[in-house]
Amino acid sequence: MSIWIHEKSKVLIQGITGKQGTFHGTKMDEYNTNVVGGVTPGKGGQFVELPSKKVPVFNTVAEGLEDTKADVSLIYVPARFAAAAIVEAADAFHEKEGGLIVCITEGIPILDMVKAVARVNQYPEVRLIGPNCPGIITPGDIGGSKAGIMPGFIHAKGRIGIVSKSGTLTYEAVAQTMSVGEGQSTCVGIGGDPVNGTGFIDCLDAFEKDDQTVAVVMIGEIGGSAEEEAAEWASKNMTKPIVGFVAGSTAPPGKRMGHAGAIISGGKGTAAEKFKAFEAAGIYVARDPSEIGNVLVKALEDSGLR
Amino acid sequence: MNIHEYQGKILFKEAGVKVQDGIHCKTVNDALNAYDSLGSKVVAVKSQIHAGGRGKGTLYDQETNDLVMEGGVKIAFSREDVEKYAQNIIGRKLVTKQTGASGKIVNNLYIEAGCSIAHEYYLALLVDREAKSILIMASTEGGMDIEEVAEKTPEAIHKIWTHPVDGLNENDAVEMADNLNLEGISKQELVSMLNSLSKMFVEKDCSMIEINPLVRSESGEMIALDAKVSFDENASFRHPWMEEMRDHSEEEEVETRAHDHGLSYVKLDGNIGCLVNGAGLAMASMDVIKLYGGEPANFLDIGGGATRDSITTAFGIILEDDNVEGILVNIFGGIIQCDMVARSVIEASNELGLKVPLVVRFSGTNHVEGKEVLDSCDLDVHTASTLAEGAEKIVNLTRRVE
Repeated sequence: MSIWIHEKSKVLIQGITGKQGTFHGTKMDEYNTNVVGGVTPGKGGQFVELPSKKVPVFNTVAEGLEDTKADVSLIYVPARFAAAAIVEAADAFHEKEGGLIVCITEGIPILDMVKAVARVNQYPEVRLIGPNCPGIITPGDIGGSKAGIMPGFIHAKGRIGIVSKSGTLTYEAVAQTMSVGEGQSTCVGIGGDPVNGTGFIDCLDAFEKDDQTVAVVMIGEIGGSAEEEAAEWASKNMTKPIVGFVAGSTAPPGKRMGHAGAIISGGKGTAAEKFKAFEAAGIYVARDPSEIGNVLVKALEDSGLR
Repeated sequence: MNIHEYQGKILFKEAGVKVQDGIHCKTVNDALNAYDSLGSKVVAVKSQIHAGGRGKGTLYDQETNDLVMEGGVKIAFSREDVEKYAQNIIGRKLVTKQTGASGKIVNNLYIEAGCSIAHEYYLALLVDREAKSILIMASTEGGMDIEEVAEKTPEAIHKIWTHPVDGLNENDAVEMADNLNLEGISKQELVSMLNSLSKMFVEKDCSMIEINPLVRSESGEMIALDAKVSFDENASFRHPWMEEMRDHSEEEEVETRAHDHGLSYVKLDGNIGCLVNGAGLAMASMDVIKLYGGEPANFLDIGGGATRDSITTAFGIILEDDNVEGILVNIFGGIIQCDMVARSVIEASNELGLKVPLVVRFSGTNHVEGKEVLDSCDLDVHTASTLAEGAEKIVNLTRRVE
């Protein structure tokens, strides 16, 4: 039935009255996402006009949860306040039944994230996706549920799970599944920052347990060792086939490639090492993102799924 | 953002980390005055550049490229030595393992009082992305390249963690001192140093502090003989002093200009310029160009908030590079709309006088409209529907140019 977000998910938007918050709130509503309200300190009591309805603005996440029973909080708050917004949402969800926090914001100081992630990790019932990510989307029959900035129209409901560190490369992976007649169960952008919430393994684990998902496309980037650890984990725990790609084979060492986390430092975190780990773990490797579709077909055929 | 050793040592002093007395100099005269006022017979004359491996580096003349001196860090035993070394260093090109063949011009010098060394250690603090915490690592093999130690004798590297919320655990610090076989005053000083550095790391929003070597003096003092400090620029809003520490001459002008326009640009050595939205897709575009036998000239992510102005700037930056013989534009429209990019690309091409082949691949939001805009313009633009097709086309087109 997809992972972490579904057609009935109620989404609160932190920063809904800002330019980004209103713009993407509108796009989410157009996609049929159940946006139930927003949070902007000092603007409680106001309303924001979305295409299908008017939603209330609250001063705090706790008030918003109390009133709307939201189970997802999406953060479009400027970088300097974003970590505090994550902590506020985590505390508020902890007081209730838990929930999903999705932080889109780019450029959050890394030590702020170290602190925020430590807080989120105290609460097993609270999950954080991001920051610096496109968000999460579960395509439905008509539109679907999207907590993020991805273009909804490129997706379709299906059986492939997608997890990626990169934004536009996730869209590329989605387009690749579509090009071979496959849709997506859920697509998760985990973000390209060095310290973030949900990682590859969390996603693979959830996709493995999800009955709608039959195969996973995993998109990594240079930097760190999350891909290697995920590959190792998958070789022991995944029964569903995985198609993998890693961006940055041509990246020079020591240079940050756009994302804060995409850097080969001390000779570690190269694409070559990650591809090697994928192959060792039995992951179907695409060396070119335009090949993901074909490789996916091969993976599905090998597993008797096509 | 990186700073110089001399700046790092000012911060160390403030934080309570022991360093030798030293003076920052810009000229040979400064260096001689520094020698006189330090009052130490033996001093270290140290090139200041934002790259490691200075000691084993080589200095060349800027104009003639003739070798001037081996070693960018020298021990001077007299005033004459200081004069000679300073002359050989200031204004020269220093090439080290980390600078690449083009090297870096040395504009700053640091004269530091000598120190009687009993043993050299390695110490570093950095953000551990897997543990989501701050890692402190140290080794008794100081002065050596840590990557080499990590590869050959990983057991020689000792690790503890400190957290920005809880701070450093005293027992962990003591354990680290024991692992480095430190005793008495040296042990106490290391524990205190680890505390000071942990606090400094968090207070100043560092992304790395590396001390190589950290030394134990003959009298048992623990002294930071080097200081490599870098900061998290995302936190610069709460540290106005960061901008004052920035040495613009150490940074690539074009990368800074790109940054100011919301672009993320890294120059590479190939001949195919790339203009892409999204960091992952930008890297993937480079990878695919290479896969089809070409060489990318740059990494360029125009970001999700790109405008006509930023795209024109991006185009200009790509065309400034004399090696560029062709351009691949690869856009997967999400927030960004392909037709807007199309119009910006045409405008920039006309404005800048595009003389190299251009391949454009659009997908996502308004890709059909984007292609229509390109098809109806006078420019010689090739279009592609997939990244692979785009890469193949531009690689073939640039081959023909040769």
